[in-house]
Amino acid sequence: MGWIKYPKKLICPLLPPAFWLGVWQVCAFWVDRRLDGKGNELQLPYPISVWKALVHLVGTEEFWATVLTSLGRIALGLTWGVLIGAALAVLTCSSRWCDRLLSPAVRVVRAAPVASFILLVLLWTGRNTVPAVISAMMVIPVVWDNLSRGIQAVDPKLLELAKCYRFTKIKTAALIYLPALRPYILTALTTATGLAWKSGVAAEVLCLPEPSLGQRIYYTKYYLDIPELFAWTAVTVALSMVLERLLRACLARWGRGWGT
Amino acid sequence: MIGCKDLTLSFGDRAVLDRFSLTIPDRGVTALSGPSGCGKTTLLRVLAGLERPQSGAIEGITPWETAILFQDDRLLPWRTVEQHLTDVLPREQRGRVPELLALTELEGEEHTRPAALSGGMGRRLALARCLALPARLYLLDEPFAGVDLSRALRILEGLKSLPAPVLLVSHEPAVLTAANAVIQLDGPPLRVR
Repeated sequence: MGWIKYPKKLICPLLPPAFWLGVWQVCAFWVDRRLDGKGNELQLPYPISVWKALVHLVGTEEFWATVLTSLGRIALGLTWGVLIGAALAVLTCSSRWCDRLLSPAVRVVRAAPVASFILLVLLWTGRNTVPAVISAMMVIPVVWDNLSRGIQAVDPKLLELAKCYRFTKIKTAALIYLPALRPYILTALTTATGLAWKSGVAAEVLCLPEPSLGQRIYYTKYYLDIPELFAWTAVTVALSMVLERLLRACLARWGRGWGT
Repeated sequence: MIGCKDLTLSFGDRAVLDRFSLTIPDRGVTALSGPSGCGKTTLLRVLAGLERPQSGAIEGITPWETAILFQDDRLLPWRTVEQHLTDVLPREQRGRVPELLALTELEGEEHTRPAALSGGMGRRLALARCLALPARLYLLDEPFAGVDLSRALRILEGLKSLPAPVLLVSHEPAVLTAANAVIQLDGPPLRVR
């Protein structure tokens, strides 16, 4: 009955988004009825209005410049955040003194409100740098936390084997630590990508670098263009999901056939 | 002459080695036999430098000149059979892979990962990897666990022709009979019976 499986495969992933679109449509209709058709677009626009706004945006040249610039800034922040977070995890796991010194600082960064950091970084650097720096700062604690737990969970028997079989430090890192850390890296990257986008766009809204998704979102508030606000939000969510899927796919290729 | 003299080692109140001495023949396979928990594995770990004795000395060899096969396989799920061997072999000896695979009867499995190997094959891979390490003394802790007897005896014949002596732990009477020498042990604390 292979012919049944194919439509099932096609339909099943479409059902949840279709359900939520339906909920949105019903809610927008309800708001429209409550306001007697006067101004529901300011509170909850219909999905079709958002779709129209999105199609209009995609057709403009500024859209691609805005998307690519924001993507570049946030990808840069994410990359630096992952690199610094990983380096901190290695340092805090390899030396008790490093752990005592660095762990409280990372915990403070994790707990502090992102708005405070945005304003501080804005004062210290130019507004164009803020989104990347903020994305990196939000990513660092997540990567540090996950990788630290991963490093501590590496099988001590494998480390004993590496010592007995005279593996160099680089070989031990490449053959034992990195593959064992794969699930932790996956969790860290999945969480970090979402956080990088959230914090990066929030920083753009507050600092208005040009061009940027955050600046366009800010202007929708200024002109009360709510369908466009929804459209830009959808673009941000889509970009975040695409980046996350891309990273997941890369890691899945890396772990294929391990049977772990 | 390789051996140990007056080794003493306790874990808390439990004395595992108490002034234990042993001389290992220069060539061939020497089998250690004794009841579970008598201290055989601890002796191998001390010889490999993984446990530090409270007193006594190891003579004629340093830990860096030994290669130990652990009681558990400790294979890397992400490495193939061939990679397990090349990870350990010195660069100039990479050509020994077919020889080691033939010795442990793993030919044709070069590109297989541990998840696809049976328990006995995994054990033989762990043994091949241990033998890939250049050493002056091979310490094998139950190398034939899960390996069928006829194959174990064939591999044992191969071990006898290694240039370095082999000290192995086994409970299998046929393996003990086929070894060049057998040392019957008892304990704890470990003593020659």
